[in-house]
Amino acid sequence: MSDLIIRTEGLTKDYVLGAETVHALRDVDLQIEQGEFVAMMGPSGSGKSTFMNLIGCLDTPTAGEYWLNGAPVSELSDDQLARIRNREIGFVFQTFNLLPRATALHNVELPLIYAGVGAKERRKRAEAKLDLVGLMDRMGHRPPELSGGERQRVAVARALVNNPALLLADEPTGNLDSVTGAEIMRALVDLNADGQTIVLVTHEHDIAEYAQRQVHLRDGFIEKDFMKEHAGVDA
Amino acid sequence: MLALEIFMVALGAIRANLMRSALTTLGIVIGVSAVIAMVALGEGAQRQVQEQIERMGTNVLTIRGGQRFFGGVSTGDSQDLTVKDAEALRDKPGGVLTISPEVSSRVQLAYLRWNSSNDVKGVWPEYFGIYNHTLEYGRFFTQGEVKGRRRVVVLGYGIPEELGTPAEILVGNTIQISGQSFEVIGILAEKGETSFYFRPDAWAFIPTSTAQFRVFGGRGQRLSSIYAQVPSAEFMDQAFANIDQVLRREHRIRPGEDVDFSIRNSSDLVATFNETTQTFTLLLAGIAGISLLVGGIGIMNIMLVSVTERTREIGVRKALGATRRAIMLQFLIEALVLCAFGGLLGVIAGFAGARMMTEVANWQTVVAPSAVIMALGFSVGIGLFFGIWPARRAARMDPIEALRYE
Ligand SMILES: Nc1ncnc2c1ncn2[C@@H]1O[C@H](COP(=O)(O)OP(=O)(O)OP(=O)(O)O)[C@@H](O)[C@H]1O
Ligand SMILES: [Mg+2]
Repeated sequence: MSDLIIRTEGLTKDYVLGAETVHALRDVDLQIEQGEFVAMMGPSGSGKSTFMNLIGCLDTPTAGEYWLNGAPVSELSDDQLARIRNREIGFVFQTFNLLPRATALHNVELPLIYAGVGAKERRKRAEAKLDLVGLMDRMGHRPPELSGGERQRVAVARALVNNPALLLADEPTGNLDSVTGAEIMRALVDLNADGQTIVLVTHEHDIAEYAQRQVHLRDGFIEKDFMKEHAGVDA
Repeated sequence: MLALEIFMVALGAIRANLMRSALTTLGIVIGVSAVIAMVALGEGAQRQVQEQIERMGTNVLTIRGGQRFFGGVSTGDSQDLTVKDAEALRDKPGGVLTISPEVSSRVQLAYLRWNSSNDVKGVWPEYFGIYNHTLEYGRFFTQGEVKGRRRVVVLGYGIPEELGTPAEILVGNTIQISGQSFEVIGILAEKGETSFYFRPDAWAFIPTSTAQFRVFGGRGQRLSSIYAQVPSAEFMDQAFANIDQVLRREHRIRPGEDVDFSIRNSSDLVATFNETTQTFTLLLAGIAGISLLVGGIGIMNIMLVSVTERTREIGVRKALGATRRAIMLQFLIEALVLCAFGGLLGVIAGFAGARMMTEVANWQTVVAPSAVIMALGFSVGIGLFFGIWPARRAARMDPIEALRYE
């Protein structure tokens, strides 16, 4: 299939801690198509973050293959992975991970700096994304001067600024109250409606409801993988 | 493009921790300024020695009479040098030496109601050439005036003031030396004080013959020394041999017997002194260099703290696509900027320090451009050397671990 964004085969991640080996991810085969909105679910320690880090090219698997946009990435070097993270992937973290001393605008510009985009163009694009998340009037504020919801929206703008093929969000609403969380989710739904592929990790069923597809992990295995239409029938 | 951005990021980090950056830089400032001031002090001393050499005459041998030894034992009678010895040295066929004898005594100088006590030297006209004397007023005396035992005197630069009379008035007038009238025919240009025992500005010069037969009386027969100038350093060995040969003949000393005179090379003294100064400079610069090293270690320390403190930031930057090189550059530039800035301030402080030593302690200092360039280069080098390890540590961080860092 040509519009497959993510394809993994036997994706495995082990952590060796002294004599003990933790199997964080075991033999995961998963395919995600262009334009999908997928929620990863599962109990704590089931391997969700591990999986996200692997498909986000922040980490390399112990075994298995991973194709991003049809290109194999399991064997790439550190700097090649950095380039992919910069161009192809946008991250939204539970703890926002903004630079506290930089303004909202500068935070959003960061990925463009590493992409080598000129100052003028950078500002234009960053402003456009801040506008998209409704933060035009907060551009000059630093993260400590913003509310949690606003910070996460800055993070979303930053994740989107390079127009990535894949938006990854690891519990983006984990540090937000339910109202603000819903706000962020609606923003993600809007983005998905415009064709953005999104993979989201969450514990909460009502957050997962925003996605069309849910993948449940348990002990590093895929336990369930289903589309929303069928959710009511199966569960 | 990217380098400029990274440079701005590094500057931003320095600005964000201004106080800490300033204190860290202080180590480099102190180190660099110490190096510059110490080297300036050494260069100054060197320069002073150089000037001293010129004032004391170059390649001048001083011959003094002394005890007569036989087989290492003093025979009791001491032999003095005489004008005849000086003449024999001067008249040696094929000789290359410029010779002047010297008789010296401290006597009374008087002009009108002023008087002062000065060293008066009885010399030949060649003496002025040997010691590079130049005239402020008038002329030197001549060989003819030596032969004629004339009462003429050339005064050192400082004497007119001691006699309470401007030099231009004193020239051509008559002063009393030991109660005898002398015509002042010249005033020497200023030499400056070199040492306690070498202060030609306070000396008066008259012909040797006049001194011996008209002024000093009986004690004047004895020469204090004979000066011999060698044209250049290559002739030094030959000069020693010639003097030895001539004086042995004059004093009837057989080959193998110990001589009753000594020959001292002024340049030897200076060379020894020079060596001492150089060692001293090296020592000072070394100590200053150590303080620069300590400053560098301070930079490394603070960079390591900075890297650890900003682990999370490094994780974020890596997650957003910063390559190892970009992270490495960011921290390396930070260290370099700190060091280069410290170096620059250090150069300024070094200049000021050297200046202060001159003003306050009256030590001559010379800030050589080479020392400035060296100190600046060294501080940048230290930035590189001590910055690279923390920067590598930052660059090699695992993005996931960095992001998880609390
Ligand atoms: N760096 C690591 N070193 C050792 N073990 C690790 C490491 N990271 C994760 N693990 C282990 O791998 C397993 C999966 O961890 P992971 O973070 O993927 O879980 P998760 O599903 O994201 O859990 P949560 O919902 O609590 O975030 C856990 O057992 C965890 O302890
Ligand atoms: Mg997790």
